[in-house]
Amino acid sequence: MSVMPLKTTSPALRSPAAAAPAQRLSDHARLLIVWLVLLAVPFVSPNSYVVSLANLMLINVILIASLNLLMGYGGQISLGHAAFYGLGAYVSGVLGVKLGWSPWIGLPVAALVTGLSALIIGIPALRLRGLYLSMATLGWNAILVVMFNRLIDLTGGPNGLLGVKPFAFGTFALDTDARQFPLVWLVSLLVMVAILHLLRSRIGRALRAVATNELGADAVGINSFRTKLLFFVLTAGMAGIAGSLYVHINQYASPETFSVSSSILLVVMVALGGSGTYWGPIVGALIYTAVPQLLLDYEDAELMLFGLGMLLVLILSPSGLTGVPGALIKRFSGRAS
Amino acid sequence: MSGKLLRVEALNCYFFGLRAVADLSFEVKTGEIKAVIGPNGAGKSTLFNMIAGVTRPTSGTIWLDDERIDGMPTHQRAERGIARTFQNLQIFREMTVLENVMVGRHLRGKAGVLSALLHGPTLRADERALADAAMAQLERFDLAGKAHMLAGSLSFGQMKVLELARALAGEPRLLLLDEPAAGLPQAEAEHVGEIISSLNRDGMTVLLVEHNMRMVMSLSHDILVLNNGMRIAEGTADEVRRHPDVLSAYLGESEDA
Amino acid sequence: MQTGSAALQLLVAGIGTGSIYALIALGFNVVFKSTGAMNFAQGEWVVMGGMISALLFASFSNIGIACVAAVLIVMMVGILSERLVIWPLRRPNTLLITLVSIGLAIFTRSLVMMILGKKPVGYPAFSQTATLTVGGITIQTQTLWIIGLTLAFLVIMHFFFERSIIGKALRAAAADRDAAAIVGVKVETTVMLSFAIAAFAGALAGAIITPLTLSSYDQGAMFGFKGFSAAMLGGVGSLPGAVIGGLALGLLEAFGSFYISSDFKDAIAFAVLLLILFVRPSGFLGRADVVKV
Repeated sequence: MSVMPLKTTSPALRSPAAAAPAQRLSDHARLLIVWLVLLAVPFVSPNSYVVSLANLMLINVILIASLNLLMGYGGQISLGHAAFYGLGAYVSGVLGVKLGWSPWIGLPVAALVTGLSALIIGIPALRLRGLYLSMATLGWNAILVVMFNRLIDLTGGPNGLLGVKPFAFGTFALDTDARQFPLVWLVSLLVMVAILHLLRSRIGRALRAVATNELGADAVGINSFRTKLLFFVLTAGMAGIAGSLYVHINQYASPETFSVSSSILLVVMVALGGSGTYWGPIVGALIYTAVPQLLLDYEDAELMLFGLGMLLVLILSPSGLTGVPGALIKRFSGRAS
Repeated sequence: MSGKLLRVEALNCYFFGLRAVADLSFEVKTGEIKAVIGPNGAGKSTLFNMIAGVTRPTSGTIWLDDERIDGMPTHQRAERGIARTFQNLQIFREMTVLENVMVGRHLRGKAGVLSALLHGPTLRADERALADAAMAQLERFDLAGKAHMLAGSLSFGQMKVLELARALAGEPRLLLLDEPAAGLPQAEAEHVGEIISSLNRDGMTVLLVEHNMRMVMSLSHDILVLNNGMRIAEGTADEVRRHPDVLSAYLGESEDA
Repeated sequence: MQTGSAALQLLVAGIGTGSIYALIALGFNVVFKSTGAMNFAQGEWVVMGGMISALLFASFSNIGIACVAAVLIVMMVGILSERLVIWPLRRPNTLLITLVSIGLAIFTRSLVMMILGKKPVGYPAFSQTATLTVGGITIQTQTLWIIGLTLAFLVIMHFFFERSIIGKALRAAAADRDAAAIVGVKVETTVMLSFAIAAFAGALAGAIITPLTLSSYDQGAMFGFKGFSAAMLGGVGSLPGAVIGGLALGLLEAFGSFYISSDFKDAIAFAVLLLILFVRPSGFLGRADVVKV
């Protein structure tokens, strides 16, 4: 007779489908609460400079959260995320400046073009594992930076792209920081929701499975290449959206914002916030927005402290800053028991 | 009951001119447990990997039902109903036990990118169906209580069972087991053996590579013995046990392997 | 004849730059082999080699001593870096080591900037005669030094990996960690050794290129990317691959900037690089399985 264990589960765990949505609701709820709190920023800010920083921070959230989806959950190191950001900015900006297209059309077009470019790079680059995607994205970024600098007729070259129009509803232009805030707030919220939804779905699990163990993922019938490509394209598209927001809000873009160094810093921010954690990118975006402001004037010692801080975080808490409370709790409770 | 589910014809595999599998043909009938045994280096793993899609044969063909599968990547073979476990465990350690099994059922889910993004009723129904089926699978293997633990925190024996549960979650037609008892103490190995025979009673076709002779002899309907990449015997446990070549090539030297 | 001599001159210049890239790529490859990670600090060691040489030259006014001492100092820095930031990692993995190396690069760069200053520094070429004219073309003697010293270093490295016990241990650990551990090779030690070699190679590159280009604290990233590209082009993890990749990249830049456009020099180099990699993903000399790991 079979000794196979028969249904002997505890009642609490009998219905996973009921347990999962409860968890899902709570993350949705938490997200909404955080964003509702953020909504207060324009009202409590002492000046418009703080609001402009908040706008930039929310754009950085899109940028870092999308890279985290690819890198933290998908295990793919892209050294060209700033290139997709820049491509989105220049596509949307140039279409507006040269052809007079509305930013509302520029934004989806920017997402499409960046996604398409990711598809073209991803098809050869994701076929092989290892450092291959890193190399391809690094090269892509280096090439784009040269293009932004040298195609002067189109991009304005090193002086930057001038005369970019802001988003507008008819004659009501979103040309002040406070007017721009709701748009950035909404788009960043939508992107965060989209990422949450992707992670909580079959394809999100497939991505994590591929990142964790590609042999195992292949064995259960996941097409690893297509899964990685899908997320590479999706996250590039998100960076393109961030780029479009950036260019129409600053009404300006210049090449150095989108350098390979920026791409590497984005990777760093993902790691500092907590690679592969849902909330980490918000911490990462805070640092990414704040640090340049702090370093602008006193480059010398602060840069070293930043490097040192980064090393300390990675050595002491490899799961990033969001992992620090957990690590502390574990340490203390470990001591207690 | 007597259909041929898997057919291997004139299979050869060479590595750098060295022969790993030579001119091998055999069949796995629907509903049977077939075991492949042989001393270390006999070509068992190579054969297994060729069927699973990890290693390309140098020549020869592999058929599942009447479809040729030897050129297909692993994931396409999985789509056609081949599931496998790994000798050295390839579970998703950083995902929960439940998620592991839900991923195992990946091909039975339908939701694509758009429905994932919208997260509407279609996706929720899809997710619920995946989770329920995965949970049922876990209950069957007594892992339901650990559903929300990280798979990496399980014991080695539990991981082996989890990998089996993951393989079964996709409702395969053919189950490939790569040394399911390896590394397990005798009691747990017997437990795994009982699971396999119970699966088989429910109709599962199994192809098994195993070193544990007690398990092979008691479970298998049919045993293929390899040595130096070639077949030296094939038949029931009794037939194989009595075969003179098997005695000299295998049983004498590697009961301990 | 005119175009012929121009081509010859570009060839020599390209081989010179290519030698530098080859040294950096070699350092990159050695660390990749022992850790599986991209080492972003590699380029900083190049800068350090050049800048410390300049500092020592200012004090001792002997280029030979200054460069040798600088290279040895940077090698110690490499060892120290590994002990301080890689070794303490409790559960090192490829991604974590890569990230830590970014932090190390940022830290190293700012340290170099604060201690050695922001101004570009340099020193004279190794030979009194700056240029030679041979067969109608003019060659900088320093380029010949670069090529010669690189060649010498590569020969030494070859014998080190093929003949010496430590070199064999390094290769064994790179090929199969577990097996190497069983026969008594400590993985941590090989990682430290690989950092030492990588820092040495990088510093050597910096010490010999500085007379031609000057050296300043912010060049590290550029050197690092070029070295990484050369390594990928040649085949990651292969010693001859680093040489071939470095030379190919150097020549590509030299000829690309002369015949096509110096404005688009980097874009051309990277575009060709990507095209080559798309056609031959494992690089010129890499085995496919090296890349597929």
